[in-house]
Amino acid sequence: MGKVLMKGNEAMALAAIKGGCDAFFGYPITPQNELPEYLSKHMQANGRVFVQSESEVAAINMVYGAAGAGARVLTSSSSPGIALKQEGITYIAGAELPAVIINVMRGGPGLGGIQPSQGDYKQITRGGGNGDYYLYSLAPESLQEAVDLIKESFEIADYYRNPVMIAVDGLIGQMMEPVDFDHEVKKWDLKPKDWVADGDRKSHPKNIINSLYLDPTDLENHNLKLKKKYDDMKANHQRYEMINMENAEIAIVAFGSTSRIARTAIQLLKEQGVNCGILRPITIYPFPEKAFKELPKEVKDLVVVEMNTGQMIDDVKIATMGTHNIHFYGRVGGIVPEAEEIVDAVLKARGESNE
Amino acid sequence: MSNTKIVYEKSKALEDVHLSYCPGCTHGVIHKLVAESLVELDILDRAVGISSVGCSALNYDFFTCDMQQAAHGRAPAVATGIKRFKPDSIVFTYQGDGDLGSIGIAEAIHAAHRGENMTIVFVNNAIYGMTGGQMAPTTLIGQKTTTSPEGRTEAQAGLPLRIAELMATIPGATYIERVSVHDPKHVMKAKKALKKAFEIQKNKQGFSLIEFISTCPVNWGMTPKKAVDWAVDNMIPYFPLGVYKDKLAGENK
Repeated sequence: MGKVLMKGNEAMALAAIKGGCDAFFGYPITPQNELPEYLSKHMQANGRVFVQSESEVAAINMVYGAAGAGARVLTSSSSPGIALKQEGITYIAGAELPAVIINVMRGGPGLGGIQPSQGDYKQITRGGGNGDYYLYSLAPESLQEAVDLIKESFEIADYYRNPVMIAVDGLIGQMMEPVDFDHEVKKWDLKPKDWVADGDRKSHPKNIINSLYLDPTDLENHNLKLKKKYDDMKANHQRYEMINMENAEIAIVAFGSTSRIARTAIQLLKEQGVNCGILRPITIYPFPEKAFKELPKEVKDLVVVEMNTGQMIDDVKIATMGTHNIHFYGRVGGIVPEAEEIVDAVLKARGESNE
Repeated sequence: MSNTKIVYEKSKALEDVHLSYCPGCTHGVIHKLVAESLVELDILDRAVGISSVGCSALNYDFFTCDMQQAAHGRAPAVATGIKRFKPDSIVFTYQGDGDLGSIGIAEAIHAAHRGENMTIVFVNNAIYGMTGGQMAPTTLIGQKTTTSPEGRTEAQAGLPLRIAELMATIPGATYIERVSVHDPKHVMKAKKALKKAFEIQKNKQGFSLIEFISTCPVNWGMTPKKAVDWAVDNMIPYFPLGVYKDKLAGENK
């Protein structure tokens, strides 16, 4: 098919179709509307399910039902809508159902704004709803990466029987880039879905989809079973990219759109004779702690750059355990940092540590 | 014993387990009617039931068909997800008055509004049973509950919500009826209504809801017999029995 120029939200929608998405349930919210709009046309044309629900709460519970019946299911929303979906997300995780959730983040708290933000970092990386669970969370920095990860996310969700969150911001949703939809993505080793409750009793014995365990011992065992999945994600499926890290003297830690801007910043820094690397988390859960072990010895200062007030700092501190000086630069409210601002932040951090 | 024959047995749509309901509660009768309807219409082997939150939360262990347990009030949304993906399945939700009438009213209305081809079994006992007897949207004026200790008043809590009447106003709904299970005659009538609802779904004719007037002796603070009498004397006058919508008959009652 070659590369096609597409808007982010539409490209992500098409990626879901390419990833084998059987059903979409969602509710309108800016800045992700082009995604359900695209699917409303193309899912039904392909004999797949599209429903515009009465609310985000209903949408995520439709996801639960369809996932429980064996479908590859997608929902998408933006920050306030994702907050509403937390009820269903914790049930989906608790009942061990696969689902893909795209969050095109906008500024908050409350109704906030409709411009790009990374303000849901904590909510995404801590589970988000009630109880002990996590979402495998991917934060692509380009449309190509978003498309590739969305295609693969259905595999990951099926593999773990756990929701996968695609965490992007309004910038990725709204921008246009050339994308190749035919990239091969990793096929995971998937077992047949013999657990589905779809009513087809001619094919399988009675199945129950459930997250209720009234006996404390049963619930503890269930919690420990879930924990094993999260431990496996941490041990085997951290993803990250080290950019310009060879000979780096200082490094930026940034994900998603922000890392994209940091790429420009490190070019500008090079012109000033400063060799700066980027540690780019691709999974924000599990947080790529392994990447921090690979930092060159010369790098003593890390500049965390985000479109929030520093939500990732805690994870960076946990990953480094006091071995590095942690600096921070962030813009909020829907303001996207300029590369020059990031340059200044790096120079300031470097100056501080040279004092 | 070759001359013996079985004239009655437990429905094969019910598991051979103790139900979790209190003595005198009518959930058991309603479960039996659901089970018998599924068997008699030969749809048990493609049925998915949705347990809700409330006294019937554990009924995924009671029916022998596939079951999904839903969050409080969300059963019609869960049912929508299943039904849209598996249009040939038979999907029913089993919900109480708090679940459907309060927290899940939007999901119930919009499932009807979209004309989802599903059946809602709605059990109205005018109280939150599972959580210990709090006021429900269907609690009657003057009825004492743990959150209306002096009896419900219109000024403080509004008038009780009539779900069957409300749902009958939704253009997308196909069949809405309110029934009771307080005596054998009404049990037979209720079964007829439920079978009709499932038949409509089997024929892919759309959304049906059957409201059951039910009792809660424990939280009402009555003996089972007195509770039945109270339902007849107090609930049925406010929640009249009957067909509220039958799109297939081409007219509303």
